[in-house]
Amino acid sequence: MIEVDPRICLHCAQCVGTCPYMALELNDMHIEVNDNCKKCLWCVVSCPVGALTMVEG
Amino acid sequence: MIDWNMEYDAVIVGAGPAGSHTARFAAEGGAKVVIIEKRQEVGSPVRCAEGAARRSLQEAEVIIDPKWISGEMDGAMIIAPNGNYLEVDEAKAGAEVGYVIERDLFDQALAKTAVQRGAELVLKCSATALIKDDTGKVCGVKVNHMGEEKEIRAKLVIGADGHESLIGRWAGLLPKLEKNDIISGLQYRMTNLDINHKFVQFYLTKEFAPGGYIWIFPKDETTANVGIGIVISEIKHKGHLKELLDGWIAANPKIAQGEIIDIIAGGIPVGHPVDATVMDGLMLVGDAGRQTDPITGGGIGNGCKAGRECGLTIAAAVKANDFSAKFLQMYETAWRDLLEERLYRNWMAKEACLGLDDDVFNKIITTMDEVGITEVNVFNLLVVIKDKHPELVEKFQDLI
Ligand SMILES: Cc1cc2nc3c(=O)[nH]c(=O)nc-3n(C[C@H](O)[C@H](O)[C@H](O)COP(=O)(O)OP(=O)(O)OC[C@H]3O[C@@H](n4cnc5c(N)ncnc54)[C@H](O)[C@@H]3O)c2cc1C
Ligand code: SF4
Ligand code: SF4
Repeated sequence: MIEVDPRICLHCAQCVGTCPYMALELNDMHIEVNDNCKKCLWCVVSCPVGALTMVEG
Repeated sequence: MIDWNMEYDAVIVGAGPAGSHTARFAAEGGAKVVIIEKRQEVGSPVRCAEGAARRSLQEAEVIIDPKWISGEMDGAMIIAPNGNYLEVDEAKAGAEVGYVIERDLFDQALAKTAVQRGAELVLKCSATALIKDDTGKVCGVKVNHMGEEKEIRAKLVIGADGHESLIGRWAGLLPKLEKNDIISGLQYRMTNLDINHKFVQFYLTKEFAPGGYIWIFPKDETTANVGIGIVISEIKHKGHLKELLDGWIAANPKIAQGEIIDIIAGGIPVGHPVDATVMDGLMLVGDAGRQTDPITGGGIGNGCKAGRECGLTIAAAVKANDFSAKFLQMYETAWRDLLEERLYRNWMAKEACLGLDDDVFNKIITTMDEVGITEVNVFNLLVVIKDKHPELVEKFQDLI
């Protein structure tokens, strides 16, 4: 699943709009991932600062 | 103050320029509207390079206030990979030239005007779902307001929620974007720079900004927004965008000597216009309506222009007591008359520009500079190039 590194994230919501499956939300300055994630990695690559990682599980 | 028990004429989701400007014109026309904004402060944090065309803002009837003007530019410079450049003054520009603004103050001014004209504004209030009646018609939004789940009933829901655009996607109006149709942007506010502070600057470079450009938008003599925006199809690995911007800065001593004082980022939809931005009880405006310019990535002017039309339509719908898709065509037609042709043409030009080599950019800029044209827009550019370098425009045949 997708993990956000809060030390890097700029809360810019780029990933929220980019995720084709509406799996990401920006709530009160943190990114939340829901069950819609299809592991396409668009968000991981397109994050302007590399704050997202796909981890096992 | 919001009345949670009342049915509003419209609930506008998002207090960016598009949402606030919509609210102002709706309220001026007598509609009872509420804007909800999930952030705790309108306009902050900024996600923008802060360039805005004076002409667009005037056409959209934005009230110009020196408080949010950070600088008035003499023009724009488009810089080729070999360093040659094309200088474009405001009259010729037609793009995002004129002002560099303080975007947070700009958004706040628009929201304040809307409120002064009678709109209500609720902060820390996030739309979490559309509410539909028994017939399936949209009749409000579920929200989370400071941790509490609530509902706002309204005859119209306006999606002005920017690139996140959940309203439009919940409504089924926004098709999935291709990777070529999304820009990811990263920008540093830098100071101690050695820059020409009267010109906004666009750098074309396949090495550092494939499928996009690097910009310098001056804030004062030595301070500027220095950023990169490229389509995500050109971003090859995690953290790549930042590597490109840092690499370009390192290669430019007049910039590299500066210090970073702020970092911002964001996404911009640059797809072609969508088939419909209205349905029964719902309209989309601004980035959420995919009204952003696909070549420049600028959306402030377009969002305000469309917002004005959207607000006028809300007021008219209230007077007619008709909130059907049929009535809301008034908005659909009005914004398309203003923006669609240019959006479509610039989208096709963006597609054609993807993958162009640096030597092509060099030739284009040199030719343009030699010829000199009255207004720099994609069409005029192509006509000139066709004349001088027909081999370069084969990809663009459909546009000329
Ligand atoms: C790096 C970068 C640089 C840019 N530079 C320029 C430039 O120089 N010139 C230019 O013209 N344009 C520029 N743009 C584009 C410009 O910022 C957008 O086109 C513009 O902000 C669109 O305005 P909007 O009102 O549609 O959306 P936004 O300004 O994005 O506003 C949307 C609002 O909705 C809120 N929201 C989202 N979801 C919800 C929800 N569920 N509930 C409640 N509220 C919600 C958000 O918090 C936000 O405040 C840039 C964009 C980026 C990312
Ligand atoms: S794109 Fe990256 S920086 Fe922006 S909100 Fe998503 S994780 Fe954070
Ligand atoms: S991996 Fe794909 S589906 Fe999952 S959150 Fe990222 S963009 Fe969305």
